[in-house]
Amino acid sequence: MKHRFEVLVSLKAGLLDPQGKTVQDALPTLGWDNVSEVRVGKHIELVVEAEDEASARAQVEDMAGRFLSNPVIEDFRILAMEETS
Amino acid sequence: MKPRIGVASFPGSNDDRDALRAIRFMGAEPVSIWHADRDLNGADGVILPGGFSYGDYLRTGAIARFAPAMAAVREFAEEGRPVLGICNGFQILCEAGLLPGALVRNQGLAFVCRRIHIRAEDSSGNFTKFSAGEVLQIPVKHGEGRFVAPPNVLGRLDDGGRIAFRYCAPDGRLDHRFNPNGSSGDIAGIWNERGNVLGLMPHPEHAVDPDLGPTGGQQVLQWLLTAARHLARASAITAV
Amino acid sequence: MTSAEPDGAKVASVHRMLGLTDQEYDEVTGKLGREPNPTELAMFAAMWSEHCSYKSSRIHLRTLPTEGPQVLVGPGQDAGAVDLGDGMACVFKIESHSHPSAIEPFQGAATGVGGIVRDVLSMGARPVALLDPLRFGPLDGPTNRYLFGGVVAGIGGYGNSIGVPTVGGEVKFAPCHGPNPTVNVMCVGFARADRLLFSPGGRAGSVMVLIGASTGRDGIGGVSVLASRTLEEDAHRSRPSVQIGDPFAENVLIELCLELGDRRLLRGLQDLGGAGLTCAVSESTARAGLGADIDLDEVPLREPGMEPFEILTSESQERMLAIVDPENVVEVERICRKWGLSARLVAKLRGGGQLFVRHEGRLVARVPARALAEEAPVYERPMRRPAWLDRLREDDLVRAPLAIPVEDAFLAVLGSPGVASMRWVYEQYDSMVQGQTVLGPASGLSDAAVIRVDGTIKAVAISTDGNGRFGFLDPYLAGAHAVAESARNVAVVGARPLAVTNCLNFGNPERPEVMWAFSEAVRGMGDACRALGTPVTGGNVSFYNESGDSAVYPTPVVGMVGLIDDYRLLTRNGFTTSGLAVYLLGRTLPELGAGEFAEVVLGKVSGRPPVLDLEAEHRLHELLYECARQDLLASAHDCSDGGLAVALAESAMAGGVGVTVSLPDEGHPAHVALFSESASRAVVAARPGREDVLEQLAALGGVPLARVGVTGGSRIRFEGLFEVSLSDAVVVYEGAIPRLMGSRQLAG
Repeated sequence: MKHRFEVLVSLKAGLLDPQGKTVQDALPTLGWDNVSEVRVGKHIELVVEAEDEASARAQVEDMAGRFLSNPVIEDFRILAMEETS
Repeated sequence: MKPRIGVASFPGSNDDRDALRAIRFMGAEPVSIWHADRDLNGADGVILPGGFSYGDYLRTGAIARFAPAMAAVREFAEEGRPVLGICNGFQILCEAGLLPGALVRNQGLAFVCRRIHIRAEDSSGNFTKFSAGEVLQIPVKHGEGRFVAPPNVLGRLDDGGRIAFRYCAPDGRLDHRFNPNGSSGDIAGIWNERGNVLGLMPHPEHAVDPDLGPTGGQQVLQWLLTAARHLARASAITAV
Repeated sequence: MTSAEPDGAKVASVHRMLGLTDQEYDEVTGKLGREPNPTELAMFAAMWSEHCSYKSSRIHLRTLPTEGPQVLVGPGQDAGAVDLGDGMACVFKIESHSHPSAIEPFQGAATGVGGIVRDVLSMGARPVALLDPLRFGPLDGPTNRYLFGGVVAGIGGYGNSIGVPTVGGEVKFAPCHGPNPTVNVMCVGFARADRLLFSPGGRAGSVMVLIGASTGRDGIGGVSVLASRTLEEDAHRSRPSVQIGDPFAENVLIELCLELGDRRLLRGLQDLGGAGLTCAVSESTARAGLGADIDLDEVPLREPGMEPFEILTSESQERMLAIVDPENVVEVERICRKWGLSARLVAKLRGGGQLFVRHEGRLVARVPARALAEEAPVYERPMRRPAWLDRLREDDLVRAPLAIPVEDAFLAVLGSPGVASMRWVYEQYDSMVQGQTVLGPASGLSDAAVIRVDGTIKAVAISTDGNGRFGFLDPYLAGAHAVAESARNVAVVGARPLAVTNCLNFGNPERPEVMWAFSEAVRGMGDACRALGTPVTGGNVSFYNESGDSAVYPTPVVGMVGLIDDYRLLTRNGFTTSGLAVYLLGRTLPELGAGEFAEVVLGKVSGRPPVLDLEAEHRLHELLYECARQDLLASAHDCSDGGLAVALAESAMAGGVGVTVSLPDEGHPAHVALFSESASRAVVAARPGREDVLEQLAALGGVPLARVGVTGGSRIRFEGLFEVSLSDAVVVYEGAIPRLMGSRQLAG
């Protein structure tokens, strides 16, 4: 069975995020001055073939921890999306 | 005896050829290490060169660290033999866990190519040829060179004399304005615990030829050549 | 053959949507002997677009000089090449990518770099340098800042990643470039002269292997929709026509293609750029005088269900077409596998002159190769000199009163974006990779970039130049000056100018005023190339750089390459020692027209550009070359934008040593002498004890020479006028662009 996941990778809290800061500083010039705590990260989508969702998710956790993110500087979250088939 | 210095080539490495040329310029024998090979071609010392391995996709160095050649590099480093990671090479060493911390995007968000100065710190690397306070002029060219690490790790690096170089003013003063990427503590390069693995962001291979500019890179490469020669002799003696 | 005969009215509107006129459609029908089917129509629309066919420019370009003993490959191939001696060749070309950059600046500029690099690669040369002449609207406009930042980031992002150093270029600003930024990129490569790859290339039985990235819907119709039409207000709808570049794939592609060439496995190599596979196949087939069988099923696709016309005109990046003898295909495939890139045999050359295109077992197109590649219509478009031009040119700027102190005028010009330091730009470029940059941005300001030829003591000097204000006020002179100035920039470092590539950036050629300016610029360029002995080896025409009724200034840009016999004898441009005699070579006339001072201080773009005496220019280059050979000069710097005052200030800032200047009184106000942009001049400092030799050589060489000052101190001092400290000048010069872009000016 195919399972689709979304992995969201973000810089660890406390690390300077100049991209996030730049985006946050630009928003007021476009008319939004009510926005704070902007962080810019990465979004990775993938489809895993596995027996069931739990096993698929466990594999994605492994991938995310060892490769898709760098634990020294990044955290990640995994979202399951609708199954493809 | 000319030491054999291996330069790894990953898909996307650019400064590998420049490193090979610099090694030859310094009087050693350069050899190429193909990323897919599992041995180091008889190298006495190894350079992981600069460039954009795998396009810097996902994260700089994140994919190259899994190359077959890196298993051999890890073994080589664990034997106490000398490894120099330059720019992308430094990034690969951090991703591979052979050095602590990580290199992230420059604080100014832009790529910076510039001749800068670095100062050798009081450090305990084996066979160091640097005296504390020595200032070297050498170029940087990177978009992701900001060295960061958790505070306890930074503390250990400092206490352990493992900070190899810091960015500095031409006269050797520390001054944030001369740090091209915003790295913690103006760190430009670090040693591993054992002192045989050196990672630095500046490019010594682009600072050896006096016809092209400043030659501060010669001292950095000289560390590698000396360490390689010494350890090659040592292992020749201990070999049965 | 599925001879779908579509209903006439429907087809008529289709061809117009694809950019073909009714007459062009009739011509296509005439060449086929029948109506084209939609696939064939798409092929013609792409190949006969202005961008691919040069139909409006060909008759003018034919007047350019293209031959000379130094020319190995002239126009008509993917890039030109000159002989460097000792069996080495220099391959080079310049191209534009302005329209995509206006829509998506980062990717537009990045893919522009990718394309020109592949053009040089397809000649069998290793790309060794990039230069980028750019034009934007004034930086007080946020959109212009966005485009400027995006384009520079894109050039750096792609060029740095593929490992080719970006070593030169220039950036200028004018309101006309706000809606129409101009992005030109020049690439230079080196090859062994006997290993250059160019036509005819293939022969009957040769096969064509498509190498590199897979084919998607990138840039479908990009060629005919974008580059052959002016940009409308809602340009965002053109977004699907912009491609995304993959510099990693290109990096690998470069090494792969060079290895294939080294192993002598290639009969020819063609880049897939504008009009994609159709262009690559039809051009190489036509050059070989043959036909081809093309199997679209062999093309690796990135997206499902692509139609034949999409596969044929896709502009997906990082693809090359290798023309190979059948017995070498297995080896080619093995090497591609080693580098991790796809290789698929997509076509075979055959007799006759037709391209037979098959897809899913059916013949979907049958078109004569020559009709596509070589028989696009050639237009002699109407030309008319603009009525408003004479009045503008009559403006007497020399007599215009200067309302501010001369010192303030000097600082205003020094800090104007057209003159100020471009460090903010060039520090985003890796100028050092490949380890052969002897003179480049890392050394600060230089007139030309100098790249060593590995394994020799030779070096190639490269410069790009082009002045839009000149183009606006006198396109003939603009064409001539572009050649003269780029040759001068190369001569000033001690090189002998060899040959040029040109990028002609103009508005809508269907407007007679634009066509007139184009023909004048080409005429001026041709005259200068002939007088200076620098033939044209190829180039690019970019039309339709306009939107609404705002067209770019006619901007002919020239890329010049020159040869230095011994790179250790090159001349730099800074005052680094005190007590050196400073000379002005060449004659200064009262010429403020079309200049930086006039625009920045008087607020005028008017008057006439400086005259150009091509013989005097040539004599100056000869003198500079001889001075370099005899090592007479401590420094040499071209005198151009901003005039003598700027040239002296730049030399002082570059070397870190000040200068005291005493200008001869020629009966004009001081500011005229300081800011006149008279041509054929250079500021030089003589090596101690060599002043007499220099003066004699200048006299013998027929070059006017005037001693204007001496180096020393930490101030730039114009005696009797004003003085400025070097550090104040640096703050103004280095601070202008960072301040406008909102960055800190960095230390060091």
